[in-house]
Amino acid sequence: MYARWPCPTPDGGTADEMALVFGARRNARLMVIPPLFDEANRFRHQIIEIAYCLDERGIDSICPDLPGCNESLAPHSAQTLSGWRKAAAAAARHFAATHVLAIRSGCWLAPDSLPGWLYAPAKSGQILRAMLRARTLAAREAGREETAEALLEIGRKQGLGLAGWDLGAGLIAELETSEFEPHERHTVVEQADVGGKPLWLRAENDSDPAQAEALAALIALGIVR
Amino acid sequence: MNTQDQAIDTTLRAILRDVLGLDEAQVAGFDGDTGLFGHLPELDSMAVAGLLTELEDRLDIVIEDDDLDGAMLESFGGLLAFATAKSAER
Repeated sequence: MYARWPCPTPDGGTADEMALVFGARRNARLMVIPPLFDEANRFRHQIIEIAYCLDERGIDSICPDLPGCNESLAPHSAQTLSGWRKAAAAAARHFAATHVLAIRSGCWLAPDSLPGWLYAPAKSGQILRAMLRARTLAAREAGREETAEALLEIGRKQGLGLAGWDLGAGLIAELETSEFEPHERHTVVEQADVGGKPLWLRAENDSDPAQAEALAALIALGIVR
Repeated sequence: MNTQDQAIDTTLRAILRDVLGLDEAQVAGFDGDTGLFGHLPELDSMAVAGLLTELEDRLDIVIEDDDLDGAMLESFGGLLAFATAKSAER
């Protein structure tokens, strides 16, 4: 079912965002932080598959929309990694989450306040690099010449539209320079632990019930311990 | 083909399989002339970007804007030759 939650805004207030919630206040409540940008769309279906598998194991799942993402009405261009981190922490408190599962670039936002899992964390810089490349390739196809370096120069000052996403200057700077190290409370799960092909790479959206089962089993085992 | 070239060939096929969601048999059947960009409908600019990023990650290479030309993405053979040359620069 869908729920609303008060998400902190940069001016110190709150604005309602949506969350998809499976289960009703059972003891184990897992908050899922999806990947950012394009990978969010490619992985959305799989997150639902994972939530169903967890539900069967007696574990609640909460999938909050971060501001600017999914159904959110907040402008994407106004978002930053630090803002998303605050939003994720606020959602965890609001929904009384007991654990977190963060996926790909979502791992950069996982609150240290909760134990949990980081599924195939994206390397810092890698996501921005891929988006810059998508834009330069598309420009080349259209007969224009753009370079990643020149685009970044503009992006650092005034933000940039990359692969259909409006990225503000602050977010560009964070994506370019921030380093990511998994927190000790979080266990890294690699694709090999889940089996099958990485779904976030898929050019066409897909889902894989066997992978969802494997990940849910791993999480359920970890929660019991 | 020496062992290192064989490893690059295998990695490249695995990336194409993962990015394009192709099955094992289809990717195993790719030869040097198999068309990629412009031949596989799934391979748009976003998918190419993902493919190149995976290539960098799994082969531990860096691909610059200047490296990209039509020939390298036109066929499996072109991409393999590019990946092999880049890996040799390491």
